[in-house]
Amino acid sequence: MTPVLAAKGLVKRYGRVTAMDGADFDLNAGEVLAVVGDNGAGKSTLIKTLSGAVIPDEGEIRVNGEQVHFHGPLDARKHGIETVYQDLALAQAQDIATNMFLGREKRRPGFLGAVFRLLDSGGMRAEARRVLDELGITIKSMTQPVETLSGGQRQAVAVARAAAFGTRVVIMDEPTAALGVAESAKVLDLIGRIRERGLPVVLISHNMPHVFEIADRVHVHRLGRRVAVVSPKTHSMNEVVGLLTGALRMADDGTIEEVGVTTGLNR
Amino acid sequence: MSTIKERSEFILRTPAIGPALALVVAVVVFSITTDTFLNVDNLSLVVQQSLVIGTLALGQTLVILTSGIDLANAAIAVFATLLMAKLTLESGMPGVVALLIGIVVAAAIGAVTGGIVTGFRLPPFIVTLGMLTIVTAVSRIYAAGQSFPVTDDTLGFLGQKQYLFGQVEVTYGMVLMLVMYIGLWYALTRTAWGKHVYAVGNDPEAARLSGIHVRRSLLGVYVVAGVIYGIAAWQALGRVPNADPNAFQLGNLDSITAVVIGGTSLFGGRGSVIGTLVGALIVAVLRSGLTQAGIDNLYQDVATGVLVIAAVAVDRFSRGRQR
Repeated sequence: MTPVLAAKGLVKRYGRVTAMDGADFDLNAGEVLAVVGDNGAGKSTLIKTLSGAVIPDEGEIRVNGEQVHFHGPLDARKHGIETVYQDLALAQAQDIATNMFLGREKRRPGFLGAVFRLLDSGGMRAEARRVLDELGITIKSMTQPVETLSGGQRQAVAVARAAAFGTRVVIMDEPTAALGVAESAKVLDLIGRIRERGLPVVLISHNMPHVFEIADRVHVHRLGRRVAVVSPKTHSMNEVVGLLTGALRMADDGTIEEVGVTTGLNR
Repeated sequence: MSTIKERSEFILRTPAIGPALALVVAVVVFSITTDTFLNVDNLSLVVQQSLVIGTLALGQTLVILTSGIDLANAAIAVFATLLMAKLTLESGMPGVVALLIGIVVAAAIGAVTGGIVTGFRLPPFIVTLGMLTIVTAVSRIYAAGQSFPVTDDTLGFLGQKQYLFGQVEVTYGMVLMLVMYIGLWYALTRTAWGKHVYAVGNDPEAARLSGIHVRRSLLGVYVVAGVIYGIAAWQALGRVPNADPNAFQLGNLDSITAVVIGGTSLFGGRGSVIGTLVGALIVAVLRSGLTQAGIDNLYQDVATGVLVIAAVAVDRFSRGRQR
């Protein structure tokens, strides 16, 4: 099966720092793939590359098997890849419907739209309402400014925007990091519902319980490259933590082995 | 049941409500305390006196919505008046052509300002401060110590009067200002262009990630503002048919005053042009009313200053409760 989104041998250097060092990536149809890694492992750079915000120095990206070149977030978006950024990228003072359609507003058909550029505000509100309902998000009014919403509701709006426009992939960067327990649970539900709609999700998260609750596969990133892909069904949280800290290593045959610790102190 | 909450949300979402109430209160107070304020001629005059600042404030609102500020707006308008007047007087150019040249030059200055702000990512305060100094100097050089009377009918057109119902004095300038405010209100609230202006002022990074061309949007704002300043020059010649390089020296600050009193946030992304219209009228009503009440000009300045600070404080206070 061809992966929906794949990357091979990605390299990105910032001066002397190598943020990505031959990173590979595969996302299959209909799955939730978690990307985990320690701080500074290069997860963000990988994700930004896949969402078009970072242009890699080397390596290739394929969408449904076809090689693509992203020069900016808009290019990735044109290929149906939508990203929910960690700071959500919402205009706080503007209302929900406006935010959902920001940058791709719908105009009225006919003369009013073509000549007077009149926006189809009612249509956009109805569409925003429909998407939120479909994802089971209850928000009273589409004309509420985003800043009047709770953190979880804001996250839901950003996720709904991605789900509404993403036709191939939804990427989410730490969607539960700023949320409480109840709100996190709702966002995880939301991810599950997006998967049910047939959209694969890339979930970047530090939170192992969340990852193990929702992910079908876990991509472990370490020192700028993918070191393992494991299934939460066959592997434990401790094994994943071991892999991402480097205490464990996945051998070529897929078995996990301990790495001999050489601290240099017992010499 | 939730009507109180809904009502307060409506007020938060309609920032022109507070200033509109203040305007009504001011009109009522002056109508009661003075004999001369409340009559048709005086009210018409109040509106006429707000035309130039009101038009400058319209462009200023656009810039402030993008979290910028324009210190050069009045200087640009003054330069445009000189250009229009001198071209008709000395080159014998038809008024229409001189008018259009004046507006295009104002737009071009706006484009340069916007180009510097977006191209070099410099703060608008500094860029427009520089433009203020440059344009003022160029105006004085161009005028060479003179002022220029305007005799052309086209340039003076906005000062012409019609009488509605036989007694209400209405100038074409009043009509034009109203049309411009409605037009810009429409563009800001009913088109994608306007939504993008608000988004850019609100959070430029979020706007960029949403696929908005932030620089293009900003540049557009400065060019449109320039066109508006060019039209403010036309309004000025309609009011006083004389192009004077020393006119409207405080026009930039007066326009900011109108914007702020109108409830538009200096932090960008919040506010409305309708509020600015009300703000410009409040200042004019205050000036007129205090004059009729026999209060000195300088005390009127004090009152206006107090009003500005109060308006910003109200903005801050309401925002603080919201968050």
